[in-house]
Amino acid sequence: MISQSVVNELKKIVGPEHLLTEREDMLTYSYDAAVLDSQMPCAAVMPGTSPEVGRIVALCHENRIPITVRGSGTNLSGGTIPESKGIVLLTGRLNKIIEINEQDMYAVVQPGVVTASLAAAVEKRGLFYPPDPGSQAVSTLGGNVAENAGGLRGLKYGVTKDYVMGLHFFDAQGRYVKTGSRTVKCATGYNITGLMTGSEGTLGIFDEIILKLIPAPIARQSMVAVFDTIDAASETVAAIIAARIVPATLEILDNFTIRAVEDFSHAGLPVDAAALLLIEVDGHPVVVAEEGEKVESLCRKMGAKNIKRAETDEERDKIWAARRSALSALAKLKPTLVLEDATVPRSKIPEMVRALQEIAKKYQIDIGTFGHAGDGNLHPTILTDRRNTEEFKRVEEAIEAIFDKALALGGTLSGEHGTGIAKAPFLEKETGFSSILFSRQLRSALDPHNILNPGKITGVSK
Amino acid sequence: MAQMNDLAVLVKELEEQLVTCIRCGMCQSVCPLFEQTRKEADVARGKLALLSGLMENIFEDPSGVSQRLNKCLLCGSCAANCPSGVNVLEIFIKARAILTEYTGLSPVKQLIFKRMLANPKIFDTLTQWAGRFQNLFIKDQANAQGTSCARLVSPLLAGRHVLPMAKNPFHKSLADLSRTPLAKGNKKDSGLRALFFTGCLIDKIFPNVAHASVKVLTHHGVGLSIPQGQGCCGIPALASGDRETFTRLVDHHLDLFKNEKFDVLITACATCTSTIKKLWPTLYKNPTSGVKEQLDALSQRTMDINQFLVDRVKPDFGKDAPSVSGPSGEIVTYHDPCHLKKSLGVAAQPRKIIRAAGKTLVEMEDSDKCCGMGGSFNLFHYDVSASIGNLKQKNIADTGCTTLLTGCPACMMQISDMLARNKQNIKVCHPMEVYARALEEKIK
Repeated sequence: MISQSVVNELKKIVGPEHLLTEREDMLTYSYDAAVLDSQMPCAAVMPGTSPEVGRIVALCHENRIPITVRGSGTNLSGGTIPESKGIVLLTGRLNKIIEINEQDMYAVVQPGVVTASLAAAVEKRGLFYPPDPGSQAVSTLGGNVAENAGGLRGLKYGVTKDYVMGLHFFDAQGRYVKTGSRTVKCATGYNITGLMTGSEGTLGIFDEIILKLIPAPIARQSMVAVFDTIDAASETVAAIIAARIVPATLEILDNFTIRAVEDFSHAGLPVDAAALLLIEVDGHPVVVAEEGEKVESLCRKMGAKNIKRAETDEERDKIWAARRSALSALAKLKPTLVLEDATVPRSKIPEMVRALQEIAKKYQIDIGTFGHAGDGNLHPTILTDRRNTEEFKRVEEAIEAIFDKALALGGTLSGEHGTGIAKAPFLEKETGFSSILFSRQLRSALDPHNILNPGKITGVSK
Repeated sequence: MAQMNDLAVLVKELEEQLVTCIRCGMCQSVCPLFEQTRKEADVARGKLALLSGLMENIFEDPSGVSQRLNKCLLCGSCAANCPSGVNVLEIFIKARAILTEYTGLSPVKQLIFKRMLANPKIFDTLTQWAGRFQNLFIKDQANAQGTSCARLVSPLLAGRHVLPMAKNPFHKSLADLSRTPLAKGNKKDSGLRALFFTGCLIDKIFPNVAHASVKVLTHHGVGLSIPQGQGCCGIPALASGDRETFTRLVDHHLDLFKNEKFDVLITACATCTSTIKKLWPTLYKNPTSGVKEQLDALSQRTMDINQFLVDRVKPDFGKDAPSVSGPSGEIVTYHDPCHLKKSLGVAAQPRKIIRAAGKTLVEMEDSDKCCGMGGSFNLFHYDVSASIGNLKQKNIADTGCTTLLTGCPACMMQISDMLARNKQNIKVCHPMEVYARALEEKIK
């Protein structure tokens, strides 16, 4: 709980209409998109300017009040659940694109800017901001940076961390810190930008983000390849990479997902196919044509029984709409959907896909598998009903089995959703205890009162 | 709290629908209210969470949830964009009814719904009297939209530009209409028989839309019946949680239509169409045997007038249509009413009609974004309603049009207010009005 005097102070900082304390409103900030228990904060505050953010952090530091920053609450690992019942700091009003610099190809944004709106704004000027997480229509850039979000284009274009050039943020005591720069090269000081990216609100609170932009690709070629076995499809992924071709996007859909998407969207997908690969190459028209040919013949050689190229923009849009609707289509089948993102080195995709099928069988649960096969980041999606406690227990066991398999193959627990609460208990399996200790020491030095999103990432000890 | 426990039991009726929300938050990207306020309680995900909260009995009284639940345009943008297919509107309306039955309807709403709206005759008489005296209170602003403002400072009207009640509501002309033969210029009988449901706003504020609709349909050889004694479709009562008045109104119309012969029930009001089609069958309270089937059958036969004309009457717009001026015609733009596009998927048909009327249609940005009216939302949250509407009027003006067309009288009211406030010289009409006018010119 927070004292009345702190409430009054917060009210003074942001104005009474931007401070929420009623129980009903607290309930609406108690969850995010992860399947986890919710927890109500004791207040939610919506600053409108950076000095207001600084004053809120300083006030919380003084009074030892935990802060959880929340953009659009689309987090899939519980990072925005205010586990320690402090305050929630909402970035909804900090949503200005401060600058788009065409000459130097960067953008400066406030943390509450929605990902898709920046992408659209730079596209109008012939530039490109590639990271495209599935929730880009609502997710905020502050959240993307804090979680190091990925997307469909990771294989060729990388993820959010590859586009963060610099950051301005408030540390745990409300002091202003600048890191990185507007230049391509920058060798001053520690690489704090790198440390802050993916820090999930535990090391500081962003004020301004400098993002790298690149020229938009001139040409694109999309295609769908149909396979009789999922093994053949995943072997093809490995073969394309081995042939030194880097498609912009290389996605896989298993039969379970294909059927769900077709039922939902009637896009004309082959429901009897064991797997589909959705592939797009982009860049210079000559390169695109050549790589398109190569990918196509590779697919054929690996046993694709049918390959369809998108001849028009509409056909291309149809392909990617089918992929984008995968999650929606699966979500309609059962009340609870657990979306995992364990990631393996891309050559291990065939083995991981096989393991997922065995796990589904062993624990008798429905797993739809789709995802960014090209970068090793699959999305095994478990369909269940959380109210069915017996089944949900099997789901939890299956998740642990997926984690174990990914780690055994040299992978990671999370490719793009973050550690948060969901994966904190398992982190030691991946990194070992001394790594967690190192992070904890770093954290306690920077945040002596442990007020920045406590309980996340390093919060669980054995 | 024993009583809150009773409420929790009632809300549990919605559990199977509530659990389908996976809390992905995609509704935030399309909610016109959230865009303004950025508060989670204003968007569907937050409201669904609040209802789950009621079900789990975590609140001491329901007023906070009720208040937040009512702050919604019911535009359906969230439902149309929901990955999990959550039936948001049905859940919200059912929840409003549960909460209203639990806490009781406010005295003002009781008076309006139970004493006035539920009795179409009384409602007609009252609105007619109001129409006679309205000029004492409001003053014509002599603008393109034909709006009026309060003569004195009025807390009820605030700065609103309202459209006055028509001198002659549509139902008053029904006796004359029944004697009108098919319009000259077209002797063909389409073989189709339609029942025309007028709706309150068209009857009392936009009778010209009804006259235009009759003209268009008779021109294309559609046989029409327009029963006397029609009332409200029931949506205002339903949106306030008064399922009883809603059900009484549905009964009234079922009885009225009982002896009519028609293939299709059509309305020129997006909201009436979507209410009859989607809400009459699902929200009628305790239907006795046979009523549900009757409502389902009626729903199947209910259609928007634009859709009816284009998809069922199928006039050859190249030949039959009045299009005389071709693409050099007046520049207009079209606003997609939420209850037409998002609820019923009708978007291409009104555009076809507008082009057939010889207008040059210039699309505005976000033509399917809500205008901010939301029925009584406009009454209780005028500030937010106006800031949403302001975005709309700006997009309209940016097209350089001289007329805004839309297929819903409620949108017409809101957009008229917004355009008038911003002193835009742009008229507001229904597609049927411009089409009927073009027909007249052709016949001349």
